[in-house]
Amino acid sequence: MSAQHPPARRNNLLTLVARYREAGIAIFILILAVLVTLRAPAFLTLNNFRDILLNISILSIVALAQTMVIITKGIDLSVGSIIGLVAMMVAFVFKASPEFPVVLSLPLGMLLGATLGAFNGLIISYGRVPPIIATLGTLSIYRGLVFFYSQGTWINSFELPAAFKQLSKGTPLGLPNMVIIAILFALAVYYFLNHTRTGRNIYAVGSNAEAAQMAGIPRQRIIFLVYVLTGLAAGLAAVLWVSRFESAQTNTALGFELQTVAASVVGGVSISGGVGTVPGVLLGALLLGMIDNSLPLLRISPFWQLALQGLLILTAVVVDNLILRRSQRRGRR
Amino acid sequence: MTESRPNAAPQGAERSAGATISAFPPRRSFLARFQRWEWMLVGLIALVVLLNSQLSPYFLDARNLSRTSSDFMEIGLMMLPMVFIIITGGIDLSVASNLAMCASFMGWLFMRGVPIWPAALAALLLGALGGLFNGLLVARVKLPPLVVTLGTYAFYRGVAYVLLGDQAARGYPASFTYIGQGKLPGTLIPFSVALFILLAIIFGLVLHRTSFGRTLFAIGNNENATAYSGVPVARIKIIVYTISGLMAGLAGLVLAARFGSTRPDIGVGLELAVITAAVLGGVDINGGIGTMGGAVLSLLLIGLLRFGMGLLNIQGQVQGMVIGLLLILSILLPNVARTLSLRGGSTHQRGRLATAAAVVAVFVLFGLFFFWSRAQVLGAG
Repeated sequence: MSAQHPPARRNNLLTLVARYREAGIAIFILILAVLVTLRAPAFLTLNNFRDILLNISILSIVALAQTMVIITKGIDLSVGSIIGLVAMMVAFVFKASPEFPVVLSLPLGMLLGATLGAFNGLIISYGRVPPIIATLGTLSIYRGLVFFYSQGTWINSFELPAAFKQLSKGTPLGLPNMVIIAILFALAVYYFLNHTRTGRNIYAVGSNAEAAQMAGIPRQRIIFLVYVLTGLAAGLAAVLWVSRFESAQTNTALGFELQTVAASVVGGVSISGGVGTVPGVLLGALLLGMIDNSLPLLRISPFWQLALQGLLILTAVVVDNLILRRSQRRGRR
Repeated sequence: MTESRPNAAPQGAERSAGATISAFPPRRSFLARFQRWEWMLVGLIALVVLLNSQLSPYFLDARNLSRTSSDFMEIGLMMLPMVFIIITGGIDLSVASNLAMCASFMGWLFMRGVPIWPAALAALLLGALGGLFNGLLVARVKLPPLVVTLGTYAFYRGVAYVLLGDQAARGYPASFTYIGQGKLPGTLIPFSVALFILLAIIFGLVLHRTSFGRTLFAIGNNENATAYSGVPVARIKIIVYTISGLMAGLAGLVLAARFGSTRPDIGVGLELAVITAAVLGGVDINGGIGTMGGAVLSLLLIGLLRFGMGLLNIQGQVQGMVIGLLLILSILLPNVARTLSLRGGSTHQRGRLATAAAVVAVFVLFGLFFFWSRAQVLGAG
């Protein structure tokens, strides 16, 4: 494909696709909401909406970071394990010293996560290990560290201070803190990707790595950075996870990496790099959250959840492909 | 494309041979084909055997080895076609989910009164269909294999859950559980191991001795050029993904027979083990490079390593950590060595050293915090 079209035009086409995609997925969400409400009026209540927002906050944070990685043509399969390890470490800190300042747990988690992300970034950017292999390896390594660290023990709700458990759920500003944190994070990522030089460089590296290099963009540093940021986001998510679910287990967030990639891909992020927007990914996460939320309301067995998620991913990529081919044909005329 | 080609140096000859499609590479003796990567694996295996037999008296016990070897056969069965797929530059993340879908479908049929062998045959067919579906999406619709198989990774596992829910299918007859638990009559060799060895030889011959095998390398090296030279690339890819599905189905039968029951979470996470075994065996994740012998050797290495660590009472998850580290190092070390030898006398040494020191300091701090906070809780309790 790229051989037949100059890169610039390909980029225009891909942005066009992204725009189509956001509108498309928004319409799809609306139709789904109407259909679900017709069958289960409980869906369209403020309470239920708040539930959905709570449920997708953590997913959105990590999916946005995952998106930055995917934009550079990479993938981070280790996010679930990073969440698991940081969750356990933060829970240990609170068990050991319940008087640890609750507010400090957020930067602590981000710092720990960023360190783990930096390890990924080092072996991928400077060690030139393919991202899928590197993060496949660290997926096992970090999960193994969880077991080694905790010796298989769990941290339960009664071992965590009440103030920490309120960190995610408290509503001093009207919305649960966790939702507000997710919104702030999304705004930060939006600003970073669209209005800073480094953010634009992420797109440049993803759409044409060689051209980016020739334009003087420090490719290795950019790639290192996106994995650090993903680790940081996973660390933030881990703190919220422990606070929300009031426990840290050896299998916390096991398999979560799939959901983050799913939210990105459904939100129109292209796995071949260079394309992806913050609103798209948020809509993708919202759609996944809505499906999970409406299954019990529609009295559909929860066992359908995974199959539907898979179908959704496949549908999203097939639709993307159709739009891309169509707009390419139009562009050729 | 030029960067991140692991093992490119030791196997450069293989790569250039693969680029010419029409002619077979000159026949070399078996030992000459046995390249540096494979010799390194042999060395590591020898090291592991030596260490383990020193550390545990139970390691070199034929009965133990026979029992543990069958634990890795499902991974092995799925690894054989995975080598094909990765050599063409693709990947199949859905194998373990396909395994679960097939095993669950067989159990579902069996619980509804279908005799076991027709149910098993139907499961194999379903596996091939699952692979065909992947292949069609990759080769005809031209979607990236990573996303396609990530989608079917969720979808096939989901189908397994839809079929069995929270139930388990059990009560398989002994004639069926033989394929997972039985041994060849009069020997200690498990049936599944014999099956794997037979199939590994067939897959190895197909990859290294047939024109079909040569085309797989050609597709991985330069897909467009291969297509222009008249090779039906799409059809070959579809075949390869279908074989992968079929083998996942077969692995599902073997695993269900070994457990004597099927639950929908059967074989969860095995795809990582399968890909790890292939890549550690020297198969380049970017396609075009790899040998079946290397992959089989790395499966043997992983098996022996895990078995030895199990005897030392090391938890399964921590064992996974060692394998993950081995996977990364196997690609990282050759890359670093090449970079260092290329750089030689660089002018930016001092700046780089400062950065490196900072990075090391961060990781050391992390380690200190890791052990300190761990001791705070575990030391007290």
